[in-house]
Amino acid sequence: MGSALEIRDLHVNVDEKEILKGVDLTIKPGEVHALMGPNGSGKSTLANSLMGHPGYQVTGGQVLFKGQNILDLAPDERAKMGLFLAFQYPVAIPGVSLANFLRSAINARRKMDDPEDKGIAVGEFRTLLKKKMDLLEMGHEFAGRYLNDGFSGGEKKRAEILQMATLEPEIAILDETDSGLDIDALRIVASGVNALAGPDLGVLVITHYQRILNYISPQFVHIMLAGKIVESGGPELAEHLEEQGYDWIREKQADAVESP
Amino acid sequence: MATNQDIKKLEGLDDYKYGFADPDEAVFRTKKGLDREVVEQISAMKGEPEWMLAYRLKALEHYVARPMPDWGADLSEFNLENIYNYVRPAESEGRSWDDVPDTIKKTFDRLGIPQAEQKFLAGVGAQYESEMVYHKIQEQLESKGVIFVSIEDGLRKHPDLFREYFGTVIPYTDNKFAALNSAVWSGGSFIYVPPNTKIDLPLQAYFRLNSANVGQYERTLIIVDEGAQVHYVEGCTAPIYSTDSFHSGVIEIIVKKGARSRYTTIQNWSNNVYNLVTQRAMVHEDASHEWVDANIGSKVTMKYPSCYLIGKGAHGEILSLAFAAGHQHQDTGGKVIHAAPYTTSKITSKSISKAGGRASYRGLLKVHEGAVGSKSNVVCDALLLDESSRSDTYPYIEIDENDVSVGHEASVSKIGEEQLFYLMSRGMSEDEAASMVVSGFIEPLVRELPMEYAVEMNRLIQLQMEGSIG
Repeated sequence: MGSALEIRDLHVNVDEKEILKGVDLTIKPGEVHALMGPNGSGKSTLANSLMGHPGYQVTGGQVLFKGQNILDLAPDERAKMGLFLAFQYPVAIPGVSLANFLRSAINARRKMDDPEDKGIAVGEFRTLLKKKMDLLEMGHEFAGRYLNDGFSGGEKKRAEILQMATLEPEIAILDETDSGLDIDALRIVASGVNALAGPDLGVLVITHYQRILNYISPQFVHIMLAGKIVESGGPELAEHLEEQGYDWIREKQADAVESP
Repeated sequence: MATNQDIKKLEGLDDYKYGFADPDEAVFRTKKGLDREVVEQISAMKGEPEWMLAYRLKALEHYVARPMPDWGADLSEFNLENIYNYVRPAESEGRSWDDVPDTIKKTFDRLGIPQAEQKFLAGVGAQYESEMVYHKIQEQLESKGVIFVSIEDGLRKHPDLFREYFGTVIPYTDNKFAALNSAVWSGGSFIYVPPNTKIDLPLQAYFRLNSANVGQYERTLIIVDEGAQVHYVEGCTAPIYSTDSFHSGVIEIIVKKGARSRYTTIQNWSNNVYNLVTQRAMVHEDASHEWVDANIGSKVTMKYPSCYLIGKGAHGEILSLAFAAGHQHQDTGGKVIHAAPYTTSKITSKSISKAGGRASYRGLLKVHEGAVGSKSNVVCDALLLDESSRSDTYPYIEIDENDVSVGHEASVSKIGEEQLFYLMSRGMSEDEAASMVVSGFIEPLVRELPMEYAVEMNRLIQLQMEGSIG
């Protein structure tokens, strides 16, 4: 099991309204999962809840990471354990360069492993950052720009994957990383994710469209509808969705309700 | 050491305090009483020429007659008695390291300030070993004909130059506290930069601190002659501990044709201090002056660095930062007077309020008739860290000329939940995240500081930010 993320019967409210109505999902290292579903089905709520956004109230269930229930942990503690969320809408932090920000983030993690840690050396950090930027075909001048400030949609998403590449999480959740990307940007982002994927990384790709799955191949595909995962399967499920849309699954749900 | 006579004089001040509510009586008592004597004593102690004594006395009269300003920060709790504490000569304070509050000592430690310097900063009279560095810089400056001495030495050694400019930028009639300073000034710098001379390193008052302590009534006069360049830095990021609860400086700068100057202040007085400072630059044709002004400490600060653009093509810039926490009120901003054609100016104000602190931007932009083709841009950004803090903006704009371009924008923002969550999701604690947002917010100012100040400034902000969220 090791670094697995286990979501058990998770219920989440936003503004007193129940959005997640009992989600079960387990992501193990080395696995790539895709979570698909129409707008408003609760995909982003799941992503934000897993990371610990204060605006989402967990009303029931458990989220175990490395065997520990993380629901009482602050977002930074979850991050330091190796959980990562690539945001759908990354916010701008004017005045803080991408490089400074990433160095602080790396140092925060190192401090958790060793409280006496003095932080990553400047030279070592530069080398690391350049390597990761090359992987994502980003110009090195990117490092000096203020975090997400004036970034285009594609730049923001690339910067998210750059952060993922630099922080080396064990479980990464990509929340609609594909939305707003043109085909070239999508290809670059996807190949970045593929380069990072491996036996030590578990990935949950949240997406509205099947498009990104042409580039990132999940072993598992789940469909979320009205706050629940209603269908799970292999890659063929995504293809089925591409051809049929979400209606067939809605109908299937309706049938199930009518004939208990 | 304080003599019995000094103490007696201080006691006599009580009469003055009560008399102050009644202006007629106050004028009478002061003229007759101790204050005149005190001014005479200061002047005699410094061995000043007649004209300076006469100037001081006129200023004193003006100070007494003038009412307290009621338009800015609340000065009603302000204890007038403290104004006269200067009577004690600096070396007679007899304070010891043990008297310095622990919070201040702790901050020194965390800023990494060496022990010897700490004692000096805390005003316990330790020797700060900067003398060697100082002399070396002095030699270099002298070889270029630059004068960089204490204000007292300026008057003593360069009487004509001093008299030609002293009080010309900020007359004692300017405001109540300028009048007070003019009456009792002590300490500060006198700088003259000859024509076409460029000083590469910033001049720092810090180097001089052990020879002439920064006084409660510091007075600085800087003359930048035609085509010359200078950057002066005063203050430091370490909290300046003072048992005196009042600081009122006057800074006068003359920037002659084609010259450039910059004056950087980092103010971190301990939070019992009323800091009321008048600083102004007279900017001549094609010259430029910049104020970089950071106010972190004090209880109340009222300070509006100003540029009088009196020559064609003159340029003025004010970059101001205020951090108000707890019971602090930072009433700061800037003033620019466009009095000649094609003059340009820029005011950038950044303020941060937290834990009930109040930061006010107060600015005046005036364009005189005939100042054609002038341009000005004012930007005020305020960052509020919690619900209990406050930010106000008082922008006064007076334009008496049609052919000008003036821009003004103001914004107030709160540290957003989304920003904190984003940074925390990368492993930063809530405090670290908030501190990072604040560092970013003030980055445009910090960028303008000399390197070592920038580093200290960031550390200081981090310190200020600890435990500020949640």
